[in-house]
Amino acid sequence: MALQSLNSIRRGFEPWNDPAARPYIHFDRVTKKFGDFAAVNDLSLTIFEREFFALLGASGCGKSTLLRMLAGFEEPTSGRILLDGQDLRGVPPYRRPVNMMFQSYALFPHMTVEKNIAFGLKQDGMPAADIAARVAEMLRLVKLEEFAKRKPHQLSGGQRQRVALARSVAKRPKVLLLDEPLGALDKKLREETQFELMDLQQDLGLTFLVVTHDQEEAMTMADRIAILDKGEVMQVATPPEIYEAPGSRFVADFVGSVNLFQGQVTRRDAGRAEIAGPGLVIHTANPGDAEQGKTVHYAIRPEKIRLSSFPPENARANAAQGEIYDIAYLGDVTIYNVKLDSGQIVKSTVINSQRSADDPLTWGDRAWIAFQPDSGVVLTR
Amino acid sequence: MTIPVAPGTDIPTKNESRPVWSRGILRALSSRLVILVPYLWLLAFFLVPFAIVVKISFSQTTLAIPPYTPVLEGVGSLWQNLREFSFDNYLWLTQDALYFNAYVTSVVIAAVSTVLALLVGYPLAYGVARAPSALRPLLLMLVILPFWTSFLIRVYAWIGILKPEGLLNQFLMAIGLIDQPLLIMNTYTAIFIGIVYSYLPFMVLPLYAALEKMDYSLIEAAQDLGCTRSSAFWKITFPLSRPGIIAGCMLVFIPAVGEFVIPDLLGGSQTLMIGKTLWNEFFANRDWPVSSAVAVILLLLLVVPIMIFQQAQARQQEQGR
Repeated sequence: MALQSLNSIRRGFEPWNDPAARPYIHFDRVTKKFGDFAAVNDLSLTIFEREFFALLGASGCGKSTLLRMLAGFEEPTSGRILLDGQDLRGVPPYRRPVNMMFQSYALFPHMTVEKNIAFGLKQDGMPAADIAARVAEMLRLVKLEEFAKRKPHQLSGGQRQRVALARSVAKRPKVLLLDEPLGALDKKLREETQFELMDLQQDLGLTFLVVTHDQEEAMTMADRIAILDKGEVMQVATPPEIYEAPGSRFVADFVGSVNLFQGQVTRRDAGRAEIAGPGLVIHTANPGDAEQGKTVHYAIRPEKIRLSSFPPENARANAAQGEIYDIAYLGDVTIYNVKLDSGQIVKSTVINSQRSADDPLTWGDRAWIAFQPDSGVVLTR
Repeated sequence: MTIPVAPGTDIPTKNESRPVWSRGILRALSSRLVILVPYLWLLAFFLVPFAIVVKISFSQTTLAIPPYTPVLEGVGSLWQNLREFSFDNYLWLTQDALYFNAYVTSVVIAAVSTVLALLVGYPLAYGVARAPSALRPLLLMLVILPFWTSFLIRVYAWIGILKPEGLLNQFLMAIGLIDQPLLIMNTYTAIFIGIVYSYLPFMVLPLYAALEKMDYSLIEAAQDLGCTRSSAFWKITFPLSRPGIIAGCMLVFIPAVGEFVIPDLLGGSQTLMIGKTLWNEFFANRDWPVSSAVAVILLLLLVVPIMIFQQAQARQQEQGR
């Protein structure tokens, strides 16, 4: 299947598909309650060594609590957290072989950049010469050599972020925890820093666990993403899988934008199904666990919907007619909102370099939407 | 800012009737006035009286009303006026060991009290700053609450607690901890208790202000990097609260040096503090010139810590971005 080839888009690294691979971090049925509220609810998750793993979710989904439990700032109400085979229950934060990069950076304002980076090494009682060498190395790594003697308030936001990063990796932790590491940076800097973080993770060979609410950030950087909602894992998968084959309506809707058609499964054969929705019949080659007669949702991404003023030539294609309702020009792409005759509004994204000049569509025009049988997925949850 | 206006259109303004220049002057004046009032206040009620005290300190005591010889009065030549200046009072302060001892005792008592107040106040301020934010205003109020009763009455009340047959001794004897009453009243211990009690809010409030604005994630970061809770406190919390410590110590130390009521009420007759000495010179001996000299020296003695305090504050503001 086409999806399978997308799994290993990054460097053929996929220990999660290797049954012999030992999990490095294991959240084993972890629950964390604050009063009556369960921030994390009976959650299990395994993360492998050298993996760049992202916890993605809206605020309050429990992702930060999960990170803080691994760092040792919170103890799970029940369940176990194992790191490299060791149960972390009762181990205080200062004895855990993990380091955290805080969302606020938490740089010590009364210490210079150098002293901030050296802080953790000094706590470990490393000899002064080794500390100096490691600090110099870290400063070089984050390209802040000439700022060694500055105090945090004399640095820009991006520089502070790099100091925080250098300080948290200086001790070579087994796992680096990053809490919204790019949240305070502006968009352009954020995009650059994403790649820097990935390079750094590769170079140092560390396991990164990043918490973010920014799906683009998670998609760009992570080997695998766990989508969290209300303290539970909705799906764990690689970014292409999450995007192309979301496991539920929540995930489909949460990551990127999606068109959802509700319909009834009218035919179910091996490897294909037919869904009768309002105003159109959908043939799909990704039937999932759709069963005959059941009401399901069919999810399709806007960029997979073609838009034209003519009906599709291929009679087997899924198609419906409607009226152009809204147009948003974003530079690289244009988003068309098409109001189908059934009343449903469907989003179609057209790459501007492919927009045909001899088929100009504008507000109020009648138009056809069409998509291939293998473009979307059937969701039963 | 000028806004282009089409000819013939009127922009209505508030002060249409007043010409532009007068508005400008008014604004400049009113902004000056805000600063001028407190300065005039200080001039009239601090600087002028202090100048008078300095003048009296250069005169001689005499049986008259007021009880000192005139200095710098009348329209004599400058030389004549200067000849009336007498440094006898200042010389006198150096000759009688009483004054030197009183100054030293005052500074030592104030310093010890300040350290004690810091030891009591720091945990208190820390506790309030770390309390749930809904509870903090209430806790702060409780710190300030004693101010609602007269200072004199509160110090007086300590006599009832500390005297040999007072509440403290009764309580300690009732629970069987002691069988002889502790002699606290009329000792330096009583003065320390009085000063620490009375000036504690001045210590707690600046400490609270410094601790409250501290980002708790700094402590977590320190722990994450290998600090135990206590070493995180000494390496992060304590140094970051230093401006609050300096402010609190100055606010306790400076008034404690010149304190009169507490040593007089709680310290008994034999305690030697400069505030009491001053009072005795002025009211018992009716020696206005010497007591003025005592006051001038006391002020000079305090100017030094005040200047340190202000410098520390300026540095803190600079650091605060």
